Amino acid sequence: MALIVDKHRPRSLDALTYHDELSDRLRSLAQSGDFPHLLFYGPSGAGKKTRIVATLKELYGPGVEKIKIDARVFQTSSNRKLEFNIVASVYHLEITPSDVGNYDRVVVQDLLKEVAQTQQVDQSARQRFKVVVINEADHLTRDAQAALRRTMEKYSPNLRLILVGESTAGIIAPIRSRCLLVRVARPTVGEVEGVLRGSCEREGWEVREGLVGRVARESGRNLRRALLMLEGVYAQNEKVTDDTPIPPPDWEGLIEQIAQEIMAEHTSARILQVRSKLYDLLTHCIPPTTILKTLTFKLMPLIDDDLKPEVIKWSAFYEHRIKTGTKVIFHLEAFVAKFMRILEMYLMSMDM
Amino acid sequence: MASFFDLKARKAALANGAATKETEKKDGENTRVQPWVEKYRPKTLSDVTAQDHTITVLQRTLQASNLPHMLFYGPPGTGKTSTILALAKELYGPELMKSRVLELNASDERGISIVREKVKDFARMQLTNVSSAAYKARYPCPPFKIIILDEADSMTQDAQSALRRTMETYSKITRFCLICNYVTRIIDPLASRCSKFRFKSLDQGNAKKRLEEIAEKEKVGLDEGAVEGLINCAEGDLRKAITYLQSAARLVGAVQQPGGGDDGEDGMDVDKKTVSVKIVQDIAGVIPDETIQRLVKAMRPTTLGGNYTPIAKEVEDMVADGWSAGQVVTQLYQAVVYDETIEDAQKNKILLVFSEIDKRLVDGADEHLSILDLALRISGILGGR
Repeated sequence: MALIVDKHRPRSLDALTYHDELSDRLRSLAQSGDFPHLLFYGPSGAGKKTRIVATLKELYGPGVEKIKIDARVFQTSSNRKLEFNIVASVYHLEITPSDVGNYDRVVVQDLLKEVAQTQQVDQSARQRFKVVVINEADHLTRDAQAALRRTMEKYSPNLRLILVGESTAGIIAPIRSRCLLVRVARPTVGEVEGVLRGSCEREGWEVREGLVGRVARESGRNLRRALLMLEGVYAQNEKVTDDTPIPPPDWEGLIEQIAQEIMAEHTSARILQVRSKLYDLLTHCIPPTTILKTLTFKLMPLIDDDLKPEVIKWSAFYEHRIKTGTKVIFHLEAFVAKFMRILEMYLMSMDM
Repeated sequence: MASFFDLKARKAALANGAATKETEKKDGENTRVQPWVEKYRPKTLSDVTAQDHTITVLQRTLQASNLPHMLFYGPPGTGKTSTILALAKELYGPELMKSRVLELNASDERGISIVREKVKDFARMQLTNVSSAAYKARYPCPPFKIIILDEADSMTQDAQSALRRTMETYSKITRFCLICNYVTRIIDPLASRCSKFRFKSLDQGNAKKRLEEIAEKEKVGLDEGAVEGLINCAEGDLRKAITYLQSAARLVGAVQQPGGGDDGEDGMDVDKKTVSVKIVQDIAGVIPDETIQRLVKAMRPTTLGGNYTPIAKEVEDMVADGWSAGQVVTQLYQAVVYDETIEDAQKNKILLVFSEIDKRLVDGADEHLSILDLALRISGILGGR
């Protein structure tokens, strides 16, 4: 049984429930015959991918839904072999070049050129060009992005790119100027509620207004998260009422616990205890940025208003360090220590 | 199994595509599918917009049929690639272009091995001759080849140094043209071998003329002020401006089609609809002024002291709406710097914060935290803390 996130995913532009203006725009682009390169950006859980699949369907018809997975082997200039997975249909390819880390340039160059230089053989196909969807485009290395530049112009008759990323910050200006930017905002709380209600009805679950409202608010407008939460609630409870508690994910609970602990006691012994918890989170593959962010926002309600800017400042500072450094745990612990110090100083000054 | 699906998909596509295929595909395929940036790339040197100085110099060399090695540099979208391609076209004409010009850019493998082999091989190749005298009369066909190294600033140092001797040895029969955004990334020995041409950012007047010309040719109606809007959003990058114009035109053109039930003449309607400033800003991803103003308002010091909660809420909304952090920083910067009510000393401090946050964003730091930090720190400075 598929999760309802996947099961109820809209398959066509008409079935999309929010951002109607955007859907209209995409439809008109797909129908107009000259389809530009697109760059979709927006926070996760906003529905970027859903919109892309729907647009592709609008472009080519149902053929795009028949996908297969290809494993390809690329060879780098230093003779290293890279294995790389491609999701492909007859009309489009989908790649995640950041899978291969620093070698993404090789993949981008080889693969795109190969696609670009072969014309669509199928005369009856609706479009002459193939579409290549590049996931996590904002994590592409500079080199790979530079390699895209001319390819996008030169082979434009045979190839259209759809880049997907969380933000445009990581994408170099020349690429941005060659794409049509499509911003996908998260749905509003009301829209999330609408979708949740729809899903409940389709599953034959009893709709609880209070619960739906709470899930929508808790999810932070992240639709995917909201749907997963909803399914979690219905899966765990026999009988669902308006005030059935929404179980937080385990990791969030643990972070909450850490927040409580470092609020309560500011000693090096406490740091040691927290360290083991942080390690626990890291070994369960929770991204460090998420840990730090969640921890910060969990701490926020617990501290005084005057202190908040300071804490945010250091949180942003250590988050940056996490990105540029290599060993994550140092920076997480440094943040914890820093926080304890700030708090202690503040309390001291209050006492005086 | 896969072939079965293919067949089925193909049949479906055939059925669906048959109707539209005949009308649309045949006539306009080549021009319609092409991005306008390519379509309106200058064909001759005199077409190139707003680089008068460079063009005069190049035209002189064209008459003299001699060229130095060249280094073009300048911000994106100012016509560097267009200029050299137009020059090559004027020099050689369509027939000789293929054998006399080698264009390499960052999408080609361009490590040291390529410089050693491909570039060197091409550089040392003997010149091909022109067949007919008539062709020679039309185009100067000077006795050298041109190697265009586009986006030369993404070449490695090693590859660049490997070019040095090559450029000199074969200078009799080969000219190099390096194109880059940042002249500082080109190693000195290479830069000193070339005559440099700086391409400046396009000024309002020229960019406007060009955009209006294209709009007229494509029969796109432009609202009052739309061109200015385009130029502002594009920040002197003509390519960006043209791309935006095309996207905007598609939008207004195509929105009409599904709903156009009032009278039958679709084509006419499409032309009548005009591109407005709002559509342009929409496409360019510009954040509406109200949103920025709301944030600025939240940042202003209040009598109550702490304004964490309103700021945090604004920032959270912005992040959820998917506005890119880079754009937020740019626009917030403009809002703050041009604000007369903020003291100069405070602005100095605020700018320091901006520079730090910008660096963090480029390094890939989390957008939410960075923007929140930015807003809170500015607010702190404004409050005199």
